[in-house]
Amino acid sequence: MSWTALLAASGICYLTKLVGYLAPHRWLEHPRIRRIAAMVTVALLSALVAVQTLGSGHQLVLDARVPALVVAAVLLWRKAPFIVVVAAAGAVAALLRMAT
Amino acid sequence: MAHPLARNVVVRQALSVGIATGAYGISFGALSVASGLTVAQTCALSLLMFTGGSQFALVGVIGAGGTGVAAAATAGLLGVRNGFYGLQMAPLLRARSWRRPLAAQLTIDESTAVGTAQKQSDLIRLGFWSTGLAVFILWNLTTLLGAALGDAMGDPRSYGMDAAAAAAFLGLIWPRLTALRPRMVALGAVVLAVALIPIAPAGVPVLAAVVVAVAGSWRAGESVVTDGEATS
Repeated sequence: MSWTALLAASGICYLTKLVGYLAPHRWLEHPRIRRIAAMVTVALLSALVAVQTLGSGHQLVLDARVPALVVAAVLLWRKAPFIVVVAAAGAVAALLRMAT
Repeated sequence: MAHPLARNVVVRQALSVGIATGAYGISFGALSVASGLTVAQTCALSLLMFTGGSQFALVGVIGAGGTGVAAAATAGLLGVRNGFYGLQMAPLLRARSWRRPLAAQLTIDESTAVGTAQKQSDLIRLGFWSTGLAVFILWNLTTLLGAALGDAMGDPRSYGMDAAAAAAFLGLIWPRLTALRPRMVALGAVVLAVALIPIAPAGVPVLAAVVVAVAGSWRAGESVVTDGEATS
């Protein structure tokens, strides 16, 4: 890959990140915009969890990630500490893959 | 100023997210070199692009024989969600002078998730910055390791790192799913993402969540805005 294309792609990604920080504060402080922006973040991260749990390229896959996330959800529901939730999900997936 | 114990909890979240994500730098470094990029190019991507989804997509397109333009377009599409994160983070961080361009570079899934999971404005800032810096440092170190050593360290998935990362994001959005409206929006985003995975280009299944969120929050209702935002 050429350095030109690499730097152009990195520049596009950086400018995208910068947009919100350059937008006038007056707009971003508007209650409706703040409400929508907060909801957008929740929705994006929820969709990300779904893709990380079920996606594999263009395929939907049920593998060790699914029981691991079920364990994580139960632990969250039981108000377990964050690190316990993350470590337990990793351990469940690792053990299931080792067993299969 | 938040209680020191509360700050410790946030820093621990930042570090655990940093480690779960940082492990993938090894995979990225190895895949990038295998796709034909040099070690220097691989490291430059992690420093300059610094958004994992876009980086994997870019080397994936190059590895499959795609052009630089196609690779850049795919990377750009996967990076669009960072722009939406910036819209929420900018008024929360209120970064000034040199911190503003730096905050933009650190605006990724992980830093946004940890930052917005907090309820007080100083903890929001602590969560964003500590996670952004932890991921940045670990991601760049592991990228170099992966590029230099290949995948000799093994697939992070065999250590369950993929499930750990997904569980971390679930844990970070969990406290924001107490009210009915964000729950419905989250559910809608998940259903739409799953429906789009088989048919839409990479990045679109996640990005489509924006439509669900805007539709679900256009009219005033119970707010997902945190306490910190009201007091900052």
